[in-house]
Amino acid sequence: MALQQSQQQKPSAAEAKTANTSIPNAARNPSNDEPNKKRNATRREVLPAGIVGTEGMNTVEREIPADEPPALKVNSSLAVIGRSTPRLDGRLKVTGKARYTADVRLPGMLFAQVVTSRYPHARIRSIDTSLAERAPGVRAVYVLDRVLGNAELRDKSKELPAKFPIVRFAGQPIAAVAATTQAEADDAARLFKVEYEPLPFVVDEDEARKKDAPLVFPGAADQGGTAGGGGGPQGVTQEGNVRGPVKSGPRGRPAGDINRGFAEAEVTVEGEFRTQVQTHSALETHGVVADWKEDGLTVYASTQGTSSVRDEFAAIFKLKKSQVRVVTEFMGGGFGAKFGAGNVGVIAAQLSKKAGAPVRLMLTRKDEHLSVGNRPSSIQKLRVGAKRDGTLTAIHLFSYGTAGTGTGAGAGGPAQNMYKCPNILTEEADVFTHAGPAAAFRAPGHPQGCFALEQTIDELAEKLGIDPVALRDRIDESPARREERRLGAERIGWSRRRRAGSDTGPVKRGLGVAQSIWYRFVNMDSACEVRVTQDGSVEILSGVQDIGGGIRTVLAQVVAEELGLKASDITVRIGDTAYPAGPASGGSVTTGSITPAARNAAFKVKQQFLEEVASALGTMPEYLKLGGGQVAVFDRNPNWSDGDRQGRSYKAAPIKSLSFRQAASRLKTEQIAARASRSDDYEKSRATYGGVQFAEVAVDTETGVIKVERVVAVHDCGRPMNPLTVESQINGGVLQGISYALYEDRILDRNTGLMVNPNLEQYKIVGSRETPRIEAILIEEYTGRSSTDAGGIGEPATIPTAAAVANAVYNATGVRVREMPMTPARVLAALQSARGKGGVRS
Amino acid sequence: MSKHDEKEKQDAGAFGHVTRRGFLKGAGLTAAGAAIMENGLLGAKDAAAAEAEPVVVGPGRVPVTLRVNGTVQKVQVEPRTTLAEALRFELGLTGTKVVCDRGSCSACTVWLDSTPVCSCMTLAVDVGARKITTIEGLAQSEELHPVQEAFIEYDAMQCGFCTPGMIMSCAALLNHKANPTLDDVKQATSGNLCRCGTYPKVFEATLAAAKATRKGGE
Ligand code: FES
Ligand code: FES
Repeated sequence: MALQQSQQQKPSAAEAKTANTSIPNAARNPSNDEPNKKRNATRREVLPAGIVGTEGMNTVEREIPADEPPALKVNSSLAVIGRSTPRLDGRLKVTGKARYTADVRLPGMLFAQVVTSRYPHARIRSIDTSLAERAPGVRAVYVLDRVLGNAELRDKSKELPAKFPIVRFAGQPIAAVAATTQAEADDAARLFKVEYEPLPFVVDEDEARKKDAPLVFPGAADQGGTAGGGGGPQGVTQEGNVRGPVKSGPRGRPAGDINRGFAEAEVTVEGEFRTQVQTHSALETHGVVADWKEDGLTVYASTQGTSSVRDEFAAIFKLKKSQVRVVTEFMGGGFGAKFGAGNVGVIAAQLSKKAGAPVRLMLTRKDEHLSVGNRPSSIQKLRVGAKRDGTLTAIHLFSYGTAGTGTGAGAGGPAQNMYKCPNILTEEADVFTHAGPAAAFRAPGHPQGCFALEQTIDELAEKLGIDPVALRDRIDESPARREERRLGAERIGWSRRRRAGSDTGPVKRGLGVAQSIWYRFVNMDSACEVRVTQDGSVEILSGVQDIGGGIRTVLAQVVAEELGLKASDITVRIGDTAYPAGPASGGSVTTGSITPAARNAAFKVKQQFLEEVASALGTMPEYLKLGGGQVAVFDRNPNWSDGDRQGRSYKAAPIKSLSFRQAASRLKTEQIAARASRSDDYEKSRATYGGVQFAEVAVDTETGVIKVERVVAVHDCGRPMNPLTVESQINGGVLQGISYALYEDRILDRNTGLMVNPNLEQYKIVGSRETPRIEAILIEEYTGRSSTDAGGIGEPATIPTAAAVANAVYNATGVRVREMPMTPARVLAALQSARGKGGVRS
Repeated sequence: MSKHDEKEKQDAGAFGHVTRRGFLKGAGLTAAGAAIMENGLLGAKDAAAAEAEPVVVGPGRVPVTLRVNGTVQKVQVEPRTTLAEALRFELGLTGTKVVCDRGSCSACTVWLDSTPVCSCMTLAVDVGARKITTIEGLAQSEELHPVQEAFIEYDAMQCGFCTPGMIMSCAALLNHKANPTLDDVKQATSGNLCRCGTYPKVFEATLAAAKATRKGGE
């Protein structure tokens, strides 16, 4: 019985009743074959599955926790979810009233400045703080006894003991000062006398690999990961500065035997690709306002994880987690680098503790480039073998790169996971250099991995004489990507694509394609509370933070959908660890993790709401229906469909209707509330998110300038919750990808170890004039994995862009540029060397 | 105003009497000062005045009167204090953001009279009688500026940190040009860095706002 009912997409009468009275099917229905698991009672539920608009669209039956809401219909049948909804915080943002950490001003707040090392490698003999301490306005100084972020020696006895942390990169924080004004703090920071013993250093990854290179660590070192991924595996063998290589493949281990695979190959393609170090360059630098009090620590932090910041503060300062409160109302970008307390947080909290006043520390732009994260470089040797029909037989990637004093320079993800191939081996090594540690950066390892893999697949297609889109149709098993290739090819006009280097004039145009792969991750520490008050107002509370993706608005949509209201009716309070636990926003997990908790909480509170309102009206909860801001009262269950044996839906007319607000006034108490977290995914098999991007470029072969003219980006993210903000994230991913492909480069001077462009004019980032026409297309894919079935978009959107641009450059010129950024100089050099070989028509 | 500020207070002349030469003497020629001269933000009149009556100000705090968003505000700032710092820290107008603090991102854009400038590259003592409009002063009380409306509708923001500066640039464009082209919008925002990559929606929103304004004005 339970099975039959739930196969109808709408909740049936009995099921609604079941839900309302919270009697799980497993407990009440002895005919159910499931073992009677009282604590984890479940029921069967049929959920939408497949890609809307394709033949694969269907349903799937899942065993789901009994207290979770009925299946959410596909977006076209919903009122709020899936509709483009302007951000609820838009008004605050456009009027300048949104309060970011940089804007927090507490009574008596002091301003801090950090003293950093100007040597890339040194032992510090002494630090004299006396002048700084006497400077005007100074209230506290602090000398770091530990530096966070760098990898750490596994065996500390390998290094001579040091009074102060050993400097391993230029820009490493050494000390700090807090003063009444920022100017005073800045002045005082210049008065620290630091006596250094400079040591030999190496900032170039090729130099650092050499046997006699200066060592960054005199023994094996490991770096812990963060909530956003990043960091490499622990306990890896290390020789000199080279750590690894770590051998891996699909799902964490090599597959098959690449030697056999290459022996079976009829065609082999190989190449070496180089990618540069990119800094996150979020507009708001890393920063906090720390307020140390007797009874606990309050921190306003520019972070992607209120909870992960709280956890690190609690651990470092030996406080209970309940004694640390972290608040992030608004934050100005993170892209993977902002998860922990970090040196910035520790410094501010220490200064606050010493001064007995709140302390604000926002990093300078220069320090932001130097010390708080970057995307590691990569040098990748990739070899792919295939049969004549395109079937892949072997993929072998050998890569190394530098994450500075950190780890995690691997680039193997795409090679391991994108295409079907029986024999895959990736070997990824980290090379330590005297440069700031890397941090997770929007899809760690993947944009660099795609740059190599997708160019190699492009080359393979040409060698095989198969269209690159058609080749991918053969070797990629994902139905979503297949549909994306179809839609994208149609939109960009892929059939216009000509043979590489067809244009005869100096400006050559071309089309390129590349695709991305990312994975569904879920953070189970995701909870929400939904409150309904007698005046009809509704609030949702969660610790989760909005890093610009728009989760604030999506949470309102979810609650509004469940309660039949508009998104703007809902007050969203987030970004505060005082609220129920929220996930850190990294790995594109936010929407997929927190929205089920929001829906579960809204569903719970709705049940209580309906019960109380029904009892006040003298009717049954299942005779009430929420929608359009109204509570409609029926004389029977409006969802009943068994009245009509022919299967025609029975439409009951409401006997009366009252506004949500009127109904709320009938609640027994001032406020009802429900808190819910999320269960693990209904289905735990691996799921991927990705996209296919098509780029159209014009290459001026006289100047070497590449202009990206148009990008079509077709993506999947499970159920799109708010297409408007998803599009924004796709635009952002594409633009960051173009910026990475063509402009950005952290340049370290080999002779001094200093960054030569630690600013925003010489560190070049894509701007308005380089912005091409971008067409974002979203597909709607259901997989029945949670009560919202939402996924993520942030990372997949940026993964394939650089590769798509590179393939388009090849199609335009007939010359491959295998090194990023693809600057005019590199383009000209590639053209020149091809001309030498007679490869370019001009 | 703290005690400390009082102590530092120096009477270096009433508002309007701070001259370029006086400032340069007092504070030394800074990169910011040089850039301001190059940008011609100091009017020719000021320059002429500088020849006539040198006044030394600083390095301590000096009283400055700022005309901000239709109000007159008196602040005490050091000559080296930028307009951005004065707005954010002295007046609590934190809508104006500081990102690079050296004229390369336009996050700090405000209007002096009707000209968009980088407030991180403008010294508070140099503003003179010019009217300052910040993002907080763009809306007419409850009613948003059409560019603000359009930014919300078209989602021309993600993290929102570049948004105030971006809006000030786009709204300034519409003041000068009622019927801008896409290229005009790109040009107007070419100094505005948006790391979240929101440009396509900024273009859409600004063109839509221009259209709405033209319709409204008919
Ligand atoms: S902060 Fe003024 S231009 Fe960047
Ligand atoms: S919206 Fe984040 S920098 Fe522009």
